[in-house]
Amino acid sequence: MSFHPKIDYREFHRSTRKMPYDDGKVFAYEPDNRARLEDIAKRYPPEGRKSAILPALYLVQRQLGYISLSSMQHVAEAIGCTAAEVEDVVSFYTMFYTRPMGKFVVQVCRTLPCALRGAERVTEELTTALGIQPNDTDSTGTFTLMEVECLGACDRAPLVMVNDSWHECLQPEDAKKLADDLRARGEDALTGCHHQSPDRAKG
Amino acid sequence: MEPILTKFVREPHCYTLDFYLKHEGYQGLRTALGMKPNDVIELVKASGLKGRGGAGFPAGMKWQFVVKDTPKPKYIVCNADESEPGTFKDHLLMERNPHLLFEGCLIACHAIGAKVAYIYIRGEFLHVQHVLEQQLEDAYKKGYVGKNVMGLGWDCDIFIHRGAGAYEAGEETALLESLEGKRAQPRLKPPFPAIAGLYGAPTAVNNVETLSNVPSILLRGAEWYAALGPEKNGGPKLYCISGHVERPGVYEASMNITLRELIFNVAGGVRDGRPLKAVIPGGSSVPILLPDQLDIQASFDGVAKAGSLLGSAGIIVLDDTTCMVWLAENLLRFYRHESCGKCTPCREGTQWLLNILEKIERGEGEMKDLALLENVAGLIAGKTLCAFGDAAATPALTTLKNFRGEYEAHVREGRCTVPAPWRRRTAAAAHSH
Ligand SMILES: Cc1cc2nc3c(=O)[nH]c(=O)nc-3n(C[C@H](O)[C@H](O)[C@H](O)COP(=O)(O)O)c2cc1C
Ligand code: FES
Repeated sequence: MSFHPKIDYREFHRSTRKMPYDDGKVFAYEPDNRARLEDIAKRYPPEGRKSAILPALYLVQRQLGYISLSSMQHVAEAIGCTAAEVEDVVSFYTMFYTRPMGKFVVQVCRTLPCALRGAERVTEELTTALGIQPNDTDSTGTFTLMEVECLGACDRAPLVMVNDSWHECLQPEDAKKLADDLRARGEDALTGCHHQSPDRAKG
Repeated sequence: MEPILTKFVREPHCYTLDFYLKHEGYQGLRTALGMKPNDVIELVKASGLKGRGGAGFPAGMKWQFVVKDTPKPKYIVCNADESEPGTFKDHLLMERNPHLLFEGCLIACHAIGAKVAYIYIRGEFLHVQHVLEQQLEDAYKKGYVGKNVMGLGWDCDIFIHRGAGAYEAGEETALLESLEGKRAQPRLKPPFPAIAGLYGAPTAVNNVETLSNVPSILLRGAEWYAALGPEKNGGPKLYCISGHVERPGVYEASMNITLRELIFNVAGGVRDGRPLKAVIPGGSSVPILLPDQLDIQASFDGVAKAGSLLGSAGIIVLDDTTCMVWLAENLLRFYRHESCGKCTPCREGTQWLLNILEKIERGEGEMKDLALLENVAGLIAGKTLCAFGDAAATPALTTLKNFRGEYEAHVREGRCTVPAPWRRRTAAAAHSH
């Protein structure tokens, strides 16, 4: 693959090889995660065992919080492929973290429909409230701020995802309150549909 | 039109198997299993059901193309990646009506002779995935999925596979790559998935909404279905309306409805009664329509006739405070970020388009940059393995075509001439990627 000398690909491009994070520890699945992986692998035909790479990485992330250098080797052994194949996948998908993240990963959707309803302002306010720029983690390891692309719920713009949960229709002026509420109450502070009753769509 | 796909979505427990069974649930499947697979395909062909994922390809035809005479297994893969900006209908369908999708998957499997369907759902929809998993487990337990479906001696499995953040994974061959545990990059076609798809076996990839349309066709027939909309654009359609409208949301209607009715009646018109500036009618990848172009059928053919595409029916409404250079810049940031990097024109071109647009929006543009934009966009469109390239070229081309004066004003005055209070107030940080 040829790359243009004037473009700085390192920052964003998913075709770029990211150096895996070496936390200096040897990773191994906890027994139930290992068992879970074998359960998942049964969904695919034997020749398709590599299909379980994505689920296997989610299991690593659930256990460790991010994907480390050693965990990629471990996944490769569990799946029966090369570590390069695993690394190829890790570096492509944005939901695999290659470094330790804050306790709350605050992801502001910045794509057009959300931006039309104030997402840029939300990011600004969160930057101020959290004291960090997008892609940074604060010094206490509480918050990581990120900007992400359309999350598939543009009718609830501006949309913010915190870890795997959603906060809908966040107005810029409420951004600071959200940060405070997250500190105080954790993910219970979020308004996402699935946090309310399972039958939210009444009104 | 009485809603068909979303009739019950506001009712409590509408997503449960019990609720679904009380409303003719799995009866379309029962009908299908009493028919020969080929007759199911003919029925769906006769209904005229067009794919709802973006391309509008007839679903029955896609199933017919799947190679039947092969020792290999066959697969149905449901595209639940839903990542086209402005699109959020599959989200609602899966969260509130998951069994409709399961039933559609099973009927499709019967039609093409598959024993397995995979639902590839985007990673960010974890809460939706939880609903699917819970309901799928129930459907397995009560004999609607798995071994001996409904006691009729037919086996079929459905598995859910979670993506991990990649727009390109919505392109059908990239989706298959991703499902095989690789980077979501498109394949060279032909061979099409119908010949060599998942694990090299014949495969049909269908969108969530497409599959969710199938049960009603089996229940009420092709004629009934076709008559719901204009010619060749039958059935119910889900519209996602977002941006500067009073009531953003998912709305179900017949494709007889016009774009104007959708925006002004259904979604309550432009927010705060402001003037309408433009509309993107089919997700971020399609050409813009102007306010005087809205009295058209919001059908695949109607929107195409007006020079745009219905695409995924993501209708993004823009009021007079929207700067068109800013809009193109925003979308190019998206396309640059999501370009999978496989084809050079797209990987490199999206970055250059973004550079030029940022420069103009910052007020540092020159008149010759407008021609350069057109040039670079033209070097991407049609020159890539998948339709991502055309999509990425569109925002710059369509805004230039319709709002050239706005670009020129930016260059002349050396600043953004359409600032809006809802946009960023500080200069964009240098790291913004
Ligand atoms: C870049 C790109 C992204 C796409 N994203 C999606 C998507 O998120 N969901 C979807 O259903 N189709 C998407 N498609 C369209 C699929 O390639 C394919 O046409 C569709 O899944 C077929 O299903 P259908 O025939 O039922 O519409 C995308 C296409 C391209 C080129
Ligand atoms: S643009 Fe934010 S969810 Fe679609």
